Amino acid sequence: MMCRPVGLGIVLVGLMAASNAYGARAMEHPWNSPYQALEASTVALYTVFQERPKHLDPVSSYSENEAQFTAQIYEPPLQYHFLKRPYQLIPLTATDIPQPQNYAADGQLLTSNAPDSTVARVVYRITIQPGIMYAPHPAFAEGAKGNPYYLEPGRSLPRFDSLDDFSRVGTRELVAADYVHQIKRLAHPHLHSPVAGFLSTYILGLNELSETLLSEHGDTQGFLDLRRYELPGARVVNRYTFEIVLQVKYPQFVYWLAMPFFAPVPWEVEAFYALPGMAARNINLDWHPLGTGPYMLRENNPNRRMVLVRNPNYRGEPYPREGEFEDVAQGWLRSAGTQMPFIDEIHFMLEKENIPEWNKFLQGYYDSSPIASDGFDQAIRFTPEGAPEVSPVMQQQGIHLAVATQPSVSYIGFNMLDPVVGGASAQARCLRQALAVAIDIEEMISIFNNGRGVTAHSPLPPGIFGYREGREGMNPVTHEWRDGRPQRKPLAVAQRLLSKAGYPSGVNPQTGDPLTLYLDATTTGPDMKSLFNWYRKQFQKLGIELVVRSTDYNRFQDKMRKGDAQIFNWGWNADYTDPENFLFLLYSRNGKAKYQGENAANYENPRFDALFERMRSLPNSPARQQLINELLAIARHDAPWIWGFHPQAYTLNHQWVGNTKPNMMARNTLKYRTLDPALRAAKQLEWNRPRLVPPLLAIALFLCPLLVVLKQRRKRLAILQ
Amino acid sequence: MHLYPTDWGFFTVLVMAIVYAVNVARKPDLCGRWRRVFATPSAGAAAVVIAFYLCIAITDSIRIEQHGARVTVLDVILAPLRLQVERTYSAPFASHGFVKESRTTMHGKIAREYPRLEHGGRHLSNPDLRLSDILWRAGFGIIGGAMAWSVLIYALARLFRTRYGRGPMIASGSLCVALGFVISVAPSYHMFGTDKVGVDVLYQGLKSIRTGLVLGTLTTLISLPLAVVLGLLAGYCRGWVDDLVQYLYTTLASVPGVLLIAAAALTLDLYLNQHLGDHVGVAERADLRLFGICIILGVTGWTSLCRLLRAEVLKLRALEFVLAARSLGVGTAGIVWRHLVPNTLHIVIITSVIDLSGLVLAEAVLTYIDIGVDPSMESWGNMINSSRMELARDPIVWWSLGAAFIFMFTLVLAANVLADAVRDAFDPHLRRSR
Amino acid sequence: MITYLIRRLVYSVPILFGVNIITFALFFLVNSPDQMARKQLGEHRVTMDAVEKWKTERGYNVPLLWNSTSTGTGRVRDTVFYATSARLFSFNFGQSDSGRDIGYDIRERMGPSLAIAIPALIIQILLATTLALFVSVLRGSRLDRWTTTVCVGLMSVSSLFFIMAGQYVMAKLLRLVPISGYADGWAMAKFVLLPVIVQVLASLGANVRWYRTVFLEENAKDYVRTARAKGLSDATVMLRHVLRNALLPLLTNIVVILPGLFLGSLITESFFAIPGLGSYTIEAIQNQDFAAVRAMVFLGSLLYIVGLILTDISYAWADPRIRLGKA
Repeated sequence: MMCRPVGLGIVLVGLMAASNAYGARAMEHPWNSPYQALEASTVALYTVFQERPKHLDPVSSYSENEAQFTAQIYEPPLQYHFLKRPYQLIPLTATDIPQPQNYAADGQLLTSNAPDSTVARVVYRITIQPGIMYAPHPAFAEGAKGNPYYLEPGRSLPRFDSLDDFSRVGTRELVAADYVHQIKRLAHPHLHSPVAGFLSTYILGLNELSETLLSEHGDTQGFLDLRRYELPGARVVNRYTFEIVLQVKYPQFVYWLAMPFFAPVPWEVEAFYALPGMAARNINLDWHPLGTGPYMLRENNPNRRMVLVRNPNYRGEPYPREGEFEDVAQGWLRSAGTQMPFIDEIHFMLEKENIPEWNKFLQGYYDSSPIASDGFDQAIRFTPEGAPEVSPVMQQQGIHLAVATQPSVSYIGFNMLDPVVGGASAQARCLRQALAVAIDIEEMISIFNNGRGVTAHSPLPPGIFGYREGREGMNPVTHEWRDGRPQRKPLAVAQRLLSKAGYPSGVNPQTGDPLTLYLDATTTGPDMKSLFNWYRKQFQKLGIELVVRSTDYNRFQDKMRKGDAQIFNWGWNADYTDPENFLFLLYSRNGKAKYQGENAANYENPRFDALFERMRSLPNSPARQQLINELLAIARHDAPWIWGFHPQAYTLNHQWVGNTKPNMMARNTLKYRTLDPALRAAKQLEWNRPRLVPPLLAIALFLCPLLVVLKQRRKRLAILQ
Repeated sequence: MHLYPTDWGFFTVLVMAIVYAVNVARKPDLCGRWRRVFATPSAGAAAVVIAFYLCIAITDSIRIEQHGARVTVLDVILAPLRLQVERTYSAPFASHGFVKESRTTMHGKIAREYPRLEHGGRHLSNPDLRLSDILWRAGFGIIGGAMAWSVLIYALARLFRTRYGRGPMIASGSLCVALGFVISVAPSYHMFGTDKVGVDVLYQGLKSIRTGLVLGTLTTLISLPLAVVLGLLAGYCRGWVDDLVQYLYTTLASVPGVLLIAAAALTLDLYLNQHLGDHVGVAERADLRLFGICIILGVTGWTSLCRLLRAEVLKLRALEFVLAARSLGVGTAGIVWRHLVPNTLHIVIITSVIDLSGLVLAEAVLTYIDIGVDPSMESWGNMINSSRMELARDPIVWWSLGAAFIFMFTLVLAANVLADAVRDAFDPHLRRSR
Repeated sequence: MITYLIRRLVYSVPILFGVNIITFALFFLVNSPDQMARKQLGEHRVTMDAVEKWKTERGYNVPLLWNSTSTGTGRVRDTVFYATSARLFSFNFGQSDSGRDIGYDIRERMGPSLAIAIPALIIQILLATTLALFVSVLRGSRLDRWTTTVCVGLMSVSSLFFIMAGQYVMAKLLRLVPISGYADGWAMAKFVLLPVIVQVLASLGANVRWYRTVFLEENAKDYVRTARAKGLSDATVMLRHVLRNALLPLLTNIVVILPGLFLGSLITESFFAIPGLGSYTIEAIQNQDFAAVRAMVFLGSLLYIVGLILTDISYAWADPRIRLGKA
């Protein structure tokens, strides 16, 4: 009978010994590490993706979570400079920035400032650098006579489950025809490019090509060889040069050349993916992209992780030599002139929830992390001067904070078609102005965004041409200059404006009841409730009753499209860094209800339109600044929006990552990043020593009473027998 | 007095329970069985606990106007808890905030320190005396609670002249002591701390009781008629009726439950958005949503009871007394009402009690995947949901989760214990159906 | 036997049809095809043409249930409902609304779901039967009473608590396992450990209690008493007789929960970031990906029906007195 506890003891000691042995191994690799150990020589960056990307095909990829992959793989002709601000375009595969050439209807070359109406054709001639190679891919595998091996007629494919089952791979030089091929793909009947409709109004013949293709191939499956079709708007000039022809002058078009829609796609890869059996195994450009960029996608498991590895055929690009003044102090110019990329592998792990992501970051398993709103006051302290810094605990861990203002604006819009708040009448304008004064955006930023935002005085965010700091940039309708900074006007001003609008103390004189206004919003989480209450309070300050109509995003969109909303909450993220991309949100030809455009407020002002049309075709210059000043003055006076704020992104980085300057426009930033894997491994071990004693104690405590009972029982049985 | 839809439902459940109780009191056989239930010490204790929860839920369902706002009686009783809102997190029994804040000192310097709370421990002139103050109040409250308990027990004993079991005595005793403790401490301290926006967690926990109980009872109220009518029909009529009913419940049961509920909850959102006028306030909207969730759970959840009833009726209709009644010319309605309903009622009772605990647990899970109660409504699911980020903080904020755990565990445990006793008393052979 | 099976399978067709109608109705009440298109195409600069094109390609451009512009059987056949339902019955799930092949995704994601479900099921059965046998031998002892109490206690704890506490204690405090994640091959073990423990714990209370009742009922039967009277030891009686005879209800129970295992646990999978079918379903619901939800519902119902049939067969197999086909 006595053997039992002894046995238990032996088991426990054995467990201890085993765990110690395992613990010794844990000295090299922590137990709670969510990764397998990599070879010591590999430099791997670990980061997250929150939503599985829907499209990695450059023709249809438009969202942020897709861009973090596509931007590392595909190379459009142009890119944004990594360090310089305001954001600046530089060549990527092109030899220089293309200058538009204007032609009249009769083919005559016009000057660059020729009036819009006389311009019939705009030609962009783009020359790319020779010698750029694609990443290895079976589509390029060379067969007889240099033709693609797997595309040879009559070739039977090997049994395959994934792309790895194709043993032959090859590469090819990037040529101008690949860019032209991609532009034609915008018109492909089975690919849904979100920008096809928009670009059709500019690129010559794109619309016609779409119609032709739809009628000829609308319901056929399989490979559609676009090389057989001509697109007058995109022509190959020679092996390294191509031209894009616009039918309307669009000075901002050059920014589009930095977007993935204009990345090269070789015809071979499309023909290859159209081979039988590919679609049923999800082998297509959406899941297996191919480009000339610094990285290629080795593992694509959108349910768990995506792994990018160095493209062996990458030509190499030197790290920028110039930057801003403070970049030197931050060490962001230390790598100047060295060949990129610096990191061998990038592991994107799927993390749908903030909490595990945050915990893993603190344990050192992710190299950088954005700050979740809930964790904010844990991570960030404000210095007495009001500057943010990381908390002492995180400072000890060597975590750095990077702050950047996003090129976007979040605003509260008035529907200008609405009979109460809309329209050009002085009465409605006063009402809008009164609300713009009364709603305390500064308080909203501090309560709901933890202070992560800059009050907007116009649609233009900092870092965009036309934005002005200080007193000149202040909105004189809502703010006044006091103590050397813009401050919100007192409530009395708003109340006076409200009386002027015909609602003294917020009462509608016709009914005698308080004026009731409606805010349309989407409910996204539990925090929205307090936000809605806050809105109500803000309107209450003027005696106005606010009713919040909250719906899901779909229905909200519907309402906006029909122009049924009254007051709404919306935002805009820059496509590119030209002021046109923000001011067009107020251009009447972009009206949401009438033209399905992006002017959600349906704002219409002929004077604004005329100035806007002049402004958009000017290059950045003092004259353009002058026009923008006038445009902003009109918009501020009419107050179709309450200007809201420009959100700021806070990112935390561990001490072992370098070159982390936040760039809100460029997405291809991973090639600039550096990493110290030895330091990381040491810190991960230090922070993650397993604690074994408590669980073993707990098991022992659980087993003891059981044994005692068993022993008693046996004794009793023995007596009985 | 204004009643929300769930109030109507909840009071209907109560009325039905009372009607049933009166009915029981008239039938010695049933009376004996229930007596057996309550004679089990654990079940007696559980019944007292559930009764206490019910009282809270009832006071939380009576709505009155106060200062132009619509509040419940419970809100009025808990006014000190409801109105003492801090700025953000504070730990249980704390006198200082949980997060350091900047403060300008008298010398114009900025210091970072833990601020004194606006309400918690405000009466203390010296925060160092907090512990002794709490102990004083606690002792006072506990003694008060114990005294109140003895008075109550004495009065009840004099009034009804029955002997009370060990279970109810212990349960009511602990409840009284706990209540005394809460009454004397809670107004001056946040016993369970405060949440992110500074709301007292004890108040949230107490308010969530109604949500849990309404969901648990109202769902049963909705599924009962469906299950009973269809089950009896199928079992008694046989033929194509039986086939149809079987088809209905097999089809419904074969759809994976969460999917069905999720799809229905999405539809419900749509319905509420399209058909609610803009005048409907947040609370009323949340209540409608809760009502909708009850309907969805009820409509999807009647199948297992229906199956049990059908089987039971199939057995009964072949029994002699039913055959005899039929040969005597008693009509279908008469047989169903006189013989089948009373003889299957125990199954209904057992299932309802068992379902209660399951539904309270389900609320938390559904709320976690965003298809449960409205985020603005106090519920244990919402408390657990919000506590997920709190667990990732350092130092950890555990009290929201802790409070939700205690309140929920108590109710579910009581319901489970009661369900066991009810099953043993009514039908020892009916195994837990899964 | 064969005819019985065939009949049951034929019966299942109208059930699957009904399931389809329910999902279809619920989903299209919420979403119009237009909205689905916009959701899939993104929000920026989407034109009406693009929406129409998407609908045409996915087959959402025809009426939902009844096509009055068509003739003959076309009235029924040229509809969204017919087109999407008919395919399901041949297990051709087609493309999800986001453009991936659903069948492929389901095959891919089955593995991780089963990697959690199978160990959890086995451990749970072994642990629960052992404990239950143990306490039913010691029936009425203090250990029995305490175990039952602890079981009721375990049953009363929300599974969310187990998950959250498990993650906090095991991963964050003791740093024994990763917080969440998944890997293929042997590396899977450390990711699977915590979810399995949590699942076993969460269902342990109910299982032990239920098995205990089953064993006790069996225990009370005459043959057991006879065996005891013959002087067989506790262990022999329990293992040889009680356990064997109690297998039937245990088996039934397992068959009933099988479809649930296959579909994965929604909550566990999403908490632990396991790329299984449970999280697939949640994603599909959240993205309003109708085609994927549809396929999952169809599979779920099918498994349920198969489970029912298996239950009947297992009854007949374990108890020769039951003859199939005479229900």
